[in-house]
Amino acid sequence: MASREIAGVTVEFDDDNFMADHTAWNEAIAAELANEEGIETLTDRHIEIVQYFRNEFESIGTAPSIRKLNKSGVVPTKELYQLFPGGPAKKAARIAGLKKPQGCV
Amino acid sequence: MTDQTPEPIKKVSIICAKGGLDEVYPALIMANGARMEGMEASIFFTFFGLNAIMKKMVKNLKVATVGNPSLNLAMPMMKMPVTMPFPTIMGAIPGVSNLATWMMKNEMENLDIPEVDEFLEMISDSGGHIYACKLAMDMFKLEKDDLVDSVEAVLTVGEFYEKSAGASIIFI
Repeated sequence: MASREIAGVTVEFDDDNFMADHTAWNEAIAAELANEEGIETLTDRHIEIVQYFRNEFESIGTAPSIRKLNKSGVVPTKELYQLFPGGPAKKAARIAGLKKPQGCV
Repeated sequence: MTDQTPEPIKKVSIICAKGGLDEVYPALIMANGARMEGMEASIFFTFFGLNAIMKKMVKNLKVATVGNPSLNLAMPMMKMPVTMPFPTIMGAIPGVSNLATWMMKNEMENLDIPEVDEFLEMISDSGGHIYACKLAMDMFKLEKDDLVDSVEAVLTVGEFYEKSAGASIIFI
């Protein structure tokens, strides 16, 4: 656990460097986290997906799988990998202020 | 003594040489998992592994119930102890392999793991590479047209090694 300042507020991060409390999240924080993940600008499309991650997390307690994102028509797998290059499920969850996803697929 | 952290794996090349459902899934899961971690990944299907990428077979892969000493792991599903071997004679009864296959598919679906054809597509869409072995294709008299669309290319062993430069190779 470590706290640091991000987007003008103090935010707590867990040992995996994911936000400890997803309710402390806002879009400004998301933009900073995206920068840390190598995503320069968070587009509306990024935000849309990140919001879906948050809604899913709030309703089922876990981030959605890549398969679900594809099947439910939220974002095709190809596009997801383009938007969040190098580990989309983990990156999107981190930018969404959620815990590190636990699934293997 | 150096205490440098080891280099993270950047690339994996998986060889899948067997075509049972329980033998194909590990290759798919490992390749997909690698892509999810941002690693490059490819699967080279060879010998009986070709079953997994054949249009006619991709939906028909089975769990072998004869000569499969590890099936004891399925015993708890039948309310039996896990240490109990799956009776070979039972495995030979028509329909038992289908049942075991159905059970495995069911469990996989519960874990949000797609069926083989969908999984291959998912890996291909994620930027992973699906290859078929030329030698094995020749041996079984198969053409590229017999293979599902997610197969990127038919490669010789040499070409496969070339594409695997810098990769960790996993044989399944």
